[in-house]
Amino acid sequence: MGNVLEVVGIEKNYPGVVANRNVSLNVTEGSIHSIIGENGAGKSTLMKILYGLVRPDAGSIKVFGEAIALKSPQDAIKLGIGMVHQHFKLADNATVLENVILGSEPTRFGFVVKYDEARKKLQEIADHYGLEIDPDESLANLGVGERQRVEIAKVLFRGAKILILDEPTAVLVPQEVEELFTNLRELVKKGLTVLFISHKLDEVLSIADDITIMRQGTTVATRKPKDTNKKELAELMVGGELPKPRAGNQKVSDEKVLAINGASYVREDGRQILSGVNLEIHGGEILGLAGVEGNGQSELIELIMGLLTPSSGTVEVLGLNATTSLTRDIRNAGVAYIPQDRQRDGLLMTAPLWENRVLGHQFAEPLASSIWVNKGAAISDSKRVVDEFDVRTPGVNVLASALSGGNQQKFIVGRELSGNPKLIVAAQPTRGVDVGAQAIIWDHLMKARSGGAGVLLVSADLDELFSLSDRIAVIYNGSIVSVLNPAKTTPEALGLAMTGAKSA
Amino acid sequence: MMKSKIFWGTVAPLAAILNSLLLVYVILKFRGVDPIEMFKLMASYGFDPRNLVSELNQTVAYYMAGVAAAIGFKMLLFNIGIDGQYRMGAFFGGVVGAAVSLPPILHVLLIILTAMIAGGLWAAIAGYLKVRRGVSEVISNIMLNFIAAAIIAFLLSPSLLGILPEGSQTLQTREIPASGRMPTIKAFDSEIYTFLFISIAVGVAYWVMLNKTVFGFNLRATGLSFRAARASGVNAPRMIFVTTVLSGAIAGLVGIGTLLSDTHSYSMAFPAGYAFTGLSLALLGRNHPVGIFFAAFLWSFLERSAPVLEFEGVPPEIVIVMQGAIVLSIVVAYEVVARINLRQQQRAVGSVAVDSSITKEAN
Ligand SMILES: Nc1ncnc2c1ncn2[C@@H]1O[C@H](COP(=O)(O)OP(=O)(O)OP(=O)(O)O)[C@@H](O)[C@H]1O
Ligand SMILES: [Mg+2]
Repeated sequence: MGNVLEVVGIEKNYPGVVANRNVSLNVTEGSIHSIIGENGAGKSTLMKILYGLVRPDAGSIKVFGEAIALKSPQDAIKLGIGMVHQHFKLADNATVLENVILGSEPTRFGFVVKYDEARKKLQEIADHYGLEIDPDESLANLGVGERQRVEIAKVLFRGAKILILDEPTAVLVPQEVEELFTNLRELVKKGLTVLFISHKLDEVLSIADDITIMRQGTTVATRKPKDTNKKELAELMVGGELPKPRAGNQKVSDEKVLAINGASYVREDGRQILSGVNLEIHGGEILGLAGVEGNGQSELIELIMGLLTPSSGTVEVLGLNATTSLTRDIRNAGVAYIPQDRQRDGLLMTAPLWENRVLGHQFAEPLASSIWVNKGAAISDSKRVVDEFDVRTPGVNVLASALSGGNQQKFIVGRELSGNPKLIVAAQPTRGVDVGAQAIIWDHLMKARSGGAGVLLVSADLDELFSLSDRIAVIYNGSIVSVLNPAKTTPEALGLAMTGAKSA
Repeated sequence: MMKSKIFWGTVAPLAAILNSLLLVYVILKFRGVDPIEMFKLMASYGFDPRNLVSELNQTVAYYMAGVAAAIGFKMLLFNIGIDGQYRMGAFFGGVVGAAVSLPPILHVLLIILTAMIAGGLWAAIAGYLKVRRGVSEVISNIMLNFIAAAIIAFLLSPSLLGILPEGSQTLQTREIPASGRMPTIKAFDSEIYTFLFISIAVGVAYWVMLNKTVFGFNLRATGLSFRAARASGVNAPRMIFVTTVLSGAIAGLVGIGTLLSDTHSYSMAFPAGYAFTGLSLALLGRNHPVGIFFAAFLWSFLERSAPVLEFEGVPPEIVIVMQGAIVLSIVVAYEVVARINLRQQQRAVGSVAVDSSITKEAN
C-alpha cells in the first residue's frame, strides 16, 4: 500500500508562537495513524492545515501522490479529506440529519433539498459502520458523545477517504471508546485512512498502526506500537521524565460542603432528567461521579451552581440553599466550577487571557472591588496561573482563542483553583490535556483536598476516577445507582455499573 | 504596542473615507463637474467658522446616538429604537422642564434626568420583550418607534400637553423657563451648545464604565458569551435588560442639546432618523468614544456642507451616497486591516529564530 499523505517541511507561525516547523509525515493507505504530543505541540494546527482551514507558511503536501495546495476545507473534502474537530462545530437548533447534510445537501433542481434521499443515505452509512444515531433527534438534546458520532457521520456523508479525528476519545467513556475503535477498524478495513490525535497512550498503543510524536511544533519520531512502549512515547513527547502525582494525606472534616437531598429535575419538554438524587460531600474528600455522558451529570452540576432549579428536593452548597441563591453568591461562598464545555461555558474566547482570569472572580477581592476590576492584579495572577499550570502561551494579553485546547483547559483549572475554594465542581478537569499537565492538575486537586476542600469530580476517565476519588458514585439515567469504594472495585465493575447493568 | 494599536485603529476608517471619496469622485466626474473643485467647495463651506459651530452642535446629538448604539452593540443588541427613545426623552424633558420652576442648575439637571428616564423606560419595553418573551429587539424597537411618534403626536394636541404658538403651524410643548435652559458659548456670530461638555462627559463615563468597572466587565462578558457569563455568576438576562435600558437612557439625551440651548420646547419639527445614524457612527467609530466623536463630526460636516453643491447642479443627496459608501467600506476595511495586522505579527515572529515553540513575552 502506498502513502495517501506525504507532508514535508510544513511551517506555521502565529503571533508570538511557532505552531509548526519542519513537520514531516507519511501516512499509509488503510492505516490508523496516531499523532501524539504535549498540549500546544502543534497537532491541531497540523490537522487544520491538512484540512485546508489554516494555510501553512511553508512546506508541501501530497495527497494520493499529487502535490496540492489547499485553499479551504471544500478543497480538502473534494480530495477526500474530512475532519472532526476537537471542539464540535454543530448547530444546536437543527436536527441530526440537518446537521449532517448542512453544506452538502443533495438537491433537486439545485435548491429543493432531497431529505428522503439524504435520510436514506445517512441511515445506510450509520448501519454500515454501526454508528448509532437518530436522524430526526434535535441536536440540542444530545450529549457530547452522541454529538461526536454525528460529526463522524457528517464527514463520512461527504465521502471522506482520509478521516481526521482530533482527540475523539477525550469525550468518551471506555465502552464508547471501544465502540469507536471497532468502528475505526471497520473503516480502515474498507480502505479508509484514519489520522487521530490522542493524549491517552494506552489507546494509541492499542489502536494505531503508526504513531508520530510531535514536540514543540515539530515531528520528532514515528514508531510502530510493537517497537515502543508508554514510557518511551512519553519521553519523546516531553523530552524528559514525567511528573508523578503525589498522594496527599487525607483528613475528612465533618463539614458538609455539598448536600443534595432527593433532587429531581424535569425538563421543559417533560423529560425526567434527574430523579431523587442524594449526594453528600465532606470537606477533605473527593467524590467521583461516574457515568456515560448525558445521564444527568450536566444538569446535576447546574443545580449545584444555581444555574438550574430542581423540580423537587434540595441542594445545599456550603450551607447556602442553591435553589434560591444566585450563582454569584454560590461562587463567592467558595465554590469553584470547571465546566465540561470549556469553550462555551468556561471562556470568553475573544477576550484576552487576563480578562478570562477575572471571569467568575469578578464579584470579590482580590480581582475586583464592588465597582472596579483590578486589572493589575488580574494580569499578575494570570501570570501565576500560566507558570503554575504550565500554560503554553506567549503572554496573558493574547486572546483565549489563540491557545491550544489543552492549554485553555489548564488555564481554566488554574483559575478555578485560585483563592482556596471550599468546594470544587470539576467536570472533566483533564479532558484534552497531555499526560504531564494531567499530573499537574491531579496534583493540585489532591492538594486542595488535603487543604480541606471537597471535590465533586465528574469524569468519563476511569483512570482519573480511580486515581483521585475517595468514593465513586455512579449515575445512570438520572439516578445514583451505586456508590463504590475504589479500593474494593475494579474498572470492569465500574464500567458495567455505568451502563446500567445491575451488579450481581 | 500602544502606538501601533492607535495607528491600525485609524488606518481603517481613513481608508474607508478615502474609498468613498473615490466613489463620489467617479460619480461627480460622470455628472460632468470637476470633482476636485466640488470637494474644495465643500471644504471651504464646511470649515467656515460659522458652519463649524452648527456642525459641532449637530455632532453633539449624533454623538449621543452613536454612544447609545455602541452600548447596545457591546451586548450584541441592535438598538434601532434610538429614534423612539430620543423622542420620548426630548418630549418629556420638554414637558417636565416647562411644568416646574426650580433654581437654575437643578432645573437643568431635572430635565436631563427626565429625558434619560423617559428614554430608558421606553427602551425597557423592548428589553422586557426580549428577555422575557424572546422577541427580537429589532422588531419590537421598529414598532416602538412608530408608537412613540404616535403617542407624542397625540399628547401634543392643544387640549393635552401641546400648544400651537401664534403664526406657527407646528405643535410644540410649552417653553422651558430661563432657569431650565443651558447657556451657549458665543463664537463667530453663532452659539455653541454647552451640552457639548455633558455629551463628552457621557462619552468618558461610557468608556470608564465599560473598561474599568465590574458592571462593564459583566456587560461585555454577556455580549461575548451568554453562557460563559452566566456560569461565571452574571445574571445574564438581567444584564441584557439593564443594557437595553442604559442604551435607551443615553438615546434620551440625543435631542437635549437642542432643547436646552436652542428651541426650549419640543416640537414636531424635531428630526427623525437618529437610529440609523447612531448605528452607523458606532460602527465607524468601532464603539470607541473618541472614534464615535470623530465619526459624528464627519457626518455633521458632510450634511452641512453638501447642500452647497446644489448651486453647481449636484443634488445634495450625494452626501447620502458618501455616507453609505463609508459605512460599507468601513466593514471591509476593518477586516482587511485585521488581516494585514495579523500577517505582520506572524512575519515578525517567523523572522526571529526560535528554538522553542514558545517565545515568552519579554516584558
Ligand atoms: N489561531 C491562533 N492564534 C494564535 N496562536 C495559535 C492559534 N492556534 C494555535 N495557536 C498556537 O499554536 C500552538 C499549537 O497549537 P495547537 O492547537 O496546534 O496545539 P495542539 O498540539 O493541538 O495542543 P492540544 O493538545 O492542547 O490540543 C499553541 O501554542 C497555540 O497557542
Ligand atoms: Mg489540539
